[in-house]
Amino acid sequence: VVETLLLLAALSSVAVTAAIVGILVIESVPFFRVVPLGTFLTDTQWMPLFSQPRYGILPLVCGTLVTTAVALLVAVPVGTIAAVYLSEYAPHRVREWVKPMLELLSAVPTVVYGYFALLFVTPALQRVLPDLPGFNMLSAGLVIGVMIVPYISSLSEDAMRAVPVHLREGAYALGSTRLQTALGVVMPSAFSGIAAAYVLGISRAIGETMVVAIAAGMQPTMTWDPTQPAATITAYIVQVSLGDLPHDSIGYQTIFAAGLTLMLMTLAFNVAGHLLRKRFREVY
Amino acid sequence: LTAALAAVRAGIARRRRYDLVFSGVGLAALALGLSTLGALLWDLGGDGVGQLSWSFLTSFPSRHAEKAGILSAWVGTALVMLVTACAAVPLGVGAGVYLEEYAPKNRFTELIEINIANLAGVPSVVYGLMALGLFVYRFGFGQSVLTAGLTLALLILPIVITATREAIRAIPGHLREASFALGATRWETTRDHVVPYSMGGILTGVIIGLSRAIGESAPLITIGALAFIAFLPPAPLQAEAPFLSFKWLMSPFTVLPIQMFNWVSRPQAAFHLNAAGAGLVLLTMTLAMNGAAIWLRYRFRKRIKW
Repeated sequence: VVETLLLLAALSSVAVTAAIVGILVIESVPFFRVVPLGTFLTDTQWMPLFSQPRYGILPLVCGTLVTTAVALLVAVPVGTIAAVYLSEYAPHRVREWVKPMLELLSAVPTVVYGYFALLFVTPALQRVLPDLPGFNMLSAGLVIGVMIVPYISSLSEDAMRAVPVHLREGAYALGSTRLQTALGVVMPSAFSGIAAAYVLGISRAIGETMVVAIAAGMQPTMTWDPTQPAATITAYIVQVSLGDLPHDSIGYQTIFAAGLTLMLMTLAFNVAGHLLRKRFREVY
Repeated sequence: LTAALAAVRAGIARRRRYDLVFSGVGLAALALGLSTLGALLWDLGGDGVGQLSWSFLTSFPSRHAEKAGILSAWVGTALVMLVTACAAVPLGVGAGVYLEEYAPKNRFTELIEINIANLAGVPSVVYGLMALGLFVYRFGFGQSVLTAGLTLALLILPIVITATREAIRAIPGHLREASFALGATRWETTRDHVVPYSMGGILTGVIIGLSRAIGESAPLITIGALAFIAFLPPAPLQAEAPFLSFKWLMSPFTVLPIQMFNWVSRPQAAFHLNAAGAGLVLLTMTLAMNGAAIWLRYRFRKRIKW
């Protein structure tokens, strides 16, 4: 009896996935009855609530990709270097203290990061770039980047620490410095774990909502320029949810179509990461 | 020969220099992360600390920034967290125990495991959409405390499951074998030995999960939480029989992050100060919970020696 109950608990996670996929698909079906898939994917304007509605997801995808790219430009170098330093250089005591502190960065609520991006980072950036608008993707992306540093550094460090010590000792015995050991031996061996860390970081950056909703503005604009305001998929979902849309309106259905796109994007990155990991997995 | 030797020496010196430079770069990377945390605390603290007062905690939101408070927000947060904990703990711990102690090694178990790993990467706003379609409209729970609590519970389920599994995996097999040898069934072993011994790790995971849930606003906005609530849900305890009331489950609600988001997105600077105040309360809660989790992990790691 107990075993059945526990099995049901374990199955609940599968049910959650099924519910997510099911609801997203079922609720977007009416939307795609009205809007052909081709228009959805190629139209360059997103104005679903206007009297002359346009349903092109591209501006939102574009905003999402730009903020994600800015975030990764911060998080990947900083996170990886921090991980290498913590794993290969830092004394034990430093690691014991710094690692939990870094992890606090990921514990800060995202809405607080949004506040920080809008009212601290943007004014600071405006001193350097006087033309920067109050809402822009740059500051949102930078803040998201810092936010996902701990995901990347923590997981990569765990992966590097799991590399057997004798591999390192071999490198040292051949006269390598710590940097050569780290770059030439430890990182290639830990590659699959590091890739997993990057994939999680990318998923987080794509799905991040509050920072972009607060700091990047909510106008869907088709632009690749990070200093411009633009809406992301997630920001659009929040924007629509804040209003009061009736259950059966097309506006209500658009957020599910947008959510489905978001889900497929994260899925694509996850699958790519999985394949990459499989290809480069090292077994000891 | 001396020229060749000098070249080798120069090469070694160069590599040593790179090594040194990198340790500087590494420190700088850590400093960047930590100083951002510092700047965030300083910025929020500087703006928000002046807002904190008894009346800020005991007032409802208002159109006048100086009169507005976070009473409905923190009460809402507390109630939602109660529902979240009640749903996520049994499900998460149950699933973790099943996967570690009961599950046979087959494709089906593998499927559940891959699924949990993937759930951890699903954006939180997508959970909100799922809850909007399922809980709000199909189940008819409405935009209530119950819906919000369940949504966040599903969101933190992977965290609780993973933490439970790791805690259980750390228990040596011979303890189980000793228990089996004394004639205990699998369930008795699990209940009396495995779960109690892994309590520290499980508790840490639950606290981390709840601290994530407490700061989450996107999925709650998606299910349609309101930002302007000037009343409290009905009290769960009542003077007359049957004393307990569950009406609060169906009440509309707001939570701290949503209140803060609402204030941040207004143009007036006075509301931004309120947002900082709310953010400070929220940040104190999450950091305290994380601190507690780190402390717990440290204590249990120290005390238990197999």
